[in-house]
Amino acid sequence: MAIYLDHAATSPLRPEVLEAMLPYLTEHTGNPSSLHAAGRRARQGIDEARETLAALIGAAPREIVFTAGGTEADNLALKGVAWAASPRGKHVVISAVEHKAVLNAAAILERSGFEVTTLPVDRYGRVDPADVAEALTDRTTLVSVMAANNEVGTLQPIEEIGALVRAHHARFHVDAVQWAAHLPIDVDAWQADLVSLSAHKLGGPKGVGALFVRRGTQLLPQVQGGSQERQRRAGTENVPGIVGMAAAFASVHAELDQEGDRQRGLAEQLRDGLLAHEGITLTGDPKRRLPNNVSVVVEGVEGGDLVAALDLEGIEVSTGSACTSGSTEPSHVLLAMGIDPHTAHGSLRMTLGRETTAADVARTLDVLTDVLPRLRGAGMPAAVEA
Amino acid sequence: MGRIVVAMSGGVDSSVAAALLADEARSGGDEVVGVWMRLSPDEGEGYELRRSCCSPDAADDARRVAQLAGIPFFVLNLEREFGSQVIDAFVDADLDGATPNPCQACNQHIKFDVLLSRGLAAYGADAVATGHYARIETDAAGRHHLLRAVDAAKDQTYFLWTLTQAQLAATRFPLGELTKPRVREIAAEWDLPTADKPESQEICFVPLGDYRELLAERRGYAGDPGPIVDGIGTRIGTHSGYAHYTVGQRHGLGVAVGEPVYVREVIPATNTVVVGRREEIAQRTFTASGAHFVAGAPPAERFEAEVRIRHRGDAVPAEVTLIGTDRFAVEAAEPVWAPAPGQAAVLYAGDEVLGGGRIAPRGA
Repeated sequence: MAIYLDHAATSPLRPEVLEAMLPYLTEHTGNPSSLHAAGRRARQGIDEARETLAALIGAAPREIVFTAGGTEADNLALKGVAWAASPRGKHVVISAVEHKAVLNAAAILERSGFEVTTLPVDRYGRVDPADVAEALTDRTTLVSVMAANNEVGTLQPIEEIGALVRAHHARFHVDAVQWAAHLPIDVDAWQADLVSLSAHKLGGPKGVGALFVRRGTQLLPQVQGGSQERQRRAGTENVPGIVGMAAAFASVHAELDQEGDRQRGLAEQLRDGLLAHEGITLTGDPKRRLPNNVSVVVEGVEGGDLVAALDLEGIEVSTGSACTSGSTEPSHVLLAMGIDPHTAHGSLRMTLGRETTAADVARTLDVLTDVLPRLRGAGMPAAVEA
Repeated sequence: MGRIVVAMSGGVDSSVAAALLADEARSGGDEVVGVWMRLSPDEGEGYELRRSCCSPDAADDARRVAQLAGIPFFVLNLEREFGSQVIDAFVDADLDGATPNPCQACNQHIKFDVLLSRGLAAYGADAVATGHYARIETDAAGRHHLLRAVDAAKDQTYFLWTLTQAQLAATRFPLGELTKPRVREIAAEWDLPTADKPESQEICFVPLGDYRELLAERRGYAGDPGPIVDGIGTRIGTHSGYAHYTVGQRHGLGVAVGEPVYVREVIPATNTVVVGRREEIAQRTFTASGAHFVAGAPPAERFEAEVRIRHRGDAVPAEVTLIGTDRFAVEAAEPVWAPAPGQAAVLYAGDEVLGGGRIAPRGA
């Protein structure tokens, strides 16, 4: 059985989530827009899911828009708000360490004539609220800063940024896809107007997410069609997915504290074991980080080689984000943190989950100790002449 | 039990090589790991024109084959290495008036150097396997011999003459005993998605055969028109830039002198292309530099061998005389067609590859 340490990429479907979804795959298969009994039954599933999810983040049910995932939620937030608010101004502020969904949505806006300001981060990947204050102008309509970074796990000072943005009468979007799997959310405490969520990062199914849209926030829909999701996201709802997403949030958020403490303890063991090696450095904020995230750069090793070597020993980890694997470009997150491109090539991310045990951590450290010397010779053809 | 890294290009040959090894692994053989090498950046627009072994389509095919064979599959990014050791080397050789040999360079520097060393280190492998048509035999004394493939028409040893004993010790050629038709049959029997893929003939990074763009892109060479002269120096035409011509070339010269003429020599220093009649292009003697012998040393100071100066070319009996440690002179029993500077002169004794060198410019 492989040791899976890539929960930030995706997490295994929880059994109780599957249980909750099954009736919507086998029995309650109606279209929630239909008026008949089958339709009403499906509609009930969505309504209940919306209530569950809303309650967990301090929102009203009507403020939840279900999407096909975190990426779609980010796109809807960025493009939807930027375009809807464009008569008032065309300036959007994002951070340099956002997920590609936000970065590339902002890039499209820029190509469409919007001005985009990208906030720098410090060496731990944190945004300085003072930089946010400085970036805000009369034309600023939207600020987007992620709650927790997917690569290095750094937590952002969301509440401070939220207060600044609110005072400036701009809208505040928070990509909380990673945060939501480990920490509680209160959209009012954050003073957030939009929050992106995903199901599969916390034991839910893939292909479903949600965007919290604070009441009164103008949003231009990005998918045209029927009037589903209060005309904010057209298309027949992914009923089993939505039900599964709510079930996953309910399960995970019922045991947040206890699991957070447990995973933090294991992550610290893993981190200490890694840092005991020569030439391994922690990336991201040493304290203010996701409890399950251990990110490092390993000197003299190509991250992809390390991932392959560990995989062949049954340990599944990542070089950074799942999306940038196989590319030659070093992580934009690490570069924004001031890590040089050469060092950034040696990035490694291990993200723990609910099923991770102390034995998994010990075994991972043992295997790493075994393969590391071999890998460090990989740059030079040792046994072979050119 | 050991572990073998198999280089998968997405073509039928390496697909079958991987599938054969995976089959052996299931009956107790070495564990197999598939690797596809990314050699050029992701194509954007116009990538339809670039369907070759290095394209993302090829990666998809390789991945599907790995899935069917039930082996792990990784992408190894070697863009930088391929760019400098193969593409730049190609361009520089061409600008130097030589005929580049990119497939051989790729074998020497990418597959049997970078992939081999990284395969051993990163994947903990004992050997690298490729879909080359060639054989390796190890004698009682533990020496490795590089031999021509059973399928003479597909034999690829011409591109493998730089292999060393250390490299051969860690190399497997699962297709060496098979014929190409048999390889296609196996691919079909196992329903591999690459079973009917056409052969790749062209150079993978110049799929349309026109490398002029590459010269401009990489080295800013646009091509200066210059003289085409005959053997006694009489100007008989104008060329578009010496680097666009290669020894032995007949087409594209735009000269009419009554009988076919061929490029005999390319002289970068004076931007001159020298042409000659058919019989002036063939040569019985030439020298080669950068000598390498698979056994680690030449068989003798002077020895008989068969020499081949191009892939699929005839092996011609010749006498080989060493000049110092790095060069050798070849005196062939009959004239060989257009020995082009930069191309390899590969020496054989029957089926065995003794070694080779790079053909030196005339008079060098």
